[in-house]
Amino acid sequence: MNVKKQFMDGLIHQNPVTVQLLGMCSVLAITTTMFNGIGMGLSVLVILTLSNIFISVLRKIIPNKIRIACYIVVIAGFVTIVELALKAYLPSLSESLGLFIPLIVVNCIILGRAEGFASKNGVAASALDGIFQGLGYTVILVIMCVIREFLGNGTFGTGVLAPDGIRILPEGVGALGMILPVGGFLTLACVIAAMQYFLNKPKKDDKKEEVTK
Amino acid sequence: MDFENIITIALGAILVNNFIFAQFLGICPFMGVSKKVDTAAGMGMAVIFVMGVASICTWAVNRFLLEPLGLTYLQTLAYILVIASLVQFVEMFLQKAMPALYEALGVYLPLITTNCAVLGVALQNTQNGYGFIESVVYGVTGGMGFLLAIVLFASVRERMEFSECPKSFEGFPIALVAAGLIALSFMGFSGLKIF
Repeated sequence: MNVKKQFMDGLIHQNPVTVQLLGMCSVLAITTTMFNGIGMGLSVLVILTLSNIFISVLRKIIPNKIRIACYIVVIAGFVTIVELALKAYLPSLSESLGLFIPLIVVNCIILGRAEGFASKNGVAASALDGIFQGLGYTVILVIMCVIREFLGNGTFGTGVLAPDGIRILPEGVGALGMILPVGGFLTLACVIAAMQYFLNKPKKDDKKEEVTK
Repeated sequence: MDFENIITIALGAILVNNFIFAQFLGICPFMGVSKKVDTAAGMGMAVIFVMGVASICTWAVNRFLLEPLGLTYLQTLAYILVIASLVQFVEMFLQKAMPALYEALGVYLPLITTNCAVLGVALQNTQNGYGFIESVVYGVTGGMGFLLAIVLFASVRERMEFSECPKSFEGFPIALVAAGLIALSFMGFSGLKIF
């Protein structure tokens, strides 16, 4: 029951990107190909889960006054691990994400969950929270990637399904702007607007149900 | 380290590779504190200051501590610690020495720790192999680029308060659209070649 609620919170009701509006920088910057999106999403998922577990274990030991500094050290440690692992095993991903892997340290999602959830809840709940919030983040990244890649390049799934992606539109038709920063802002705006639209809808139904009950 | 090089770095950081609109660094404070022009300007000032000082400190840490000891793989960890403690120091120093400025910056100072532009500028300085002067110039002008972006955006946003838009776009999404349009105009600088 609680797991299901956490799952829905992570993916929809408390989605880190579209509802909490955290971690914008990476969402806007790296969502140009599906490969980047999935790679970044999974890196954040791993780091978020590990740091949530670690902080939840240490939550009674960490003194309240310097807790933020402690969280940052824990997070930076895990980010360094992931950074080095990616450099060793997936150099192409590490190259295309570039600066944004070390910048996960200051990604507000991770610090936000550490402060808002892991510091108050048990280990198991924090681990699940990390996984589901990470999933919510990954899903949004992938949606953004699919839209931007399709409109900008006319391909689908670059680096994941095929090395150069499956071509849907003929070459040269895509709007280059969608791959550039402009496209990032506009796509994210539309994704969040769509999310707000769908989130506001069922609320009315809930109220009606409550009234009829 | 000649003059031309410095100018190129400066103009690049302010216009061509603007931290917000071209590199997507520091979007969180950019979206968070851009509802009013004067608070936006305060945040921008604080960022210029911290980015300049952070460039100096991280350059020193890298040059005199990490490189001689062969610890460059701990860069991320070291830099974020330096930045976090630096922000704390700056806050205490300003409180004592320049209370007026401290009042003006208010809550924005602690927020800067988690501004990815600051960590970003430190990491880029190292990545590009900038020397001392180049690092400082890049840090300060990068901050100026941030100030320019956030003040422009805040003025657009103040106007947007009075305009009507579709209900699901209200608030954050329409602000993103506006930011996207400003980013589009900043693309005009991308062909800029100085020398």
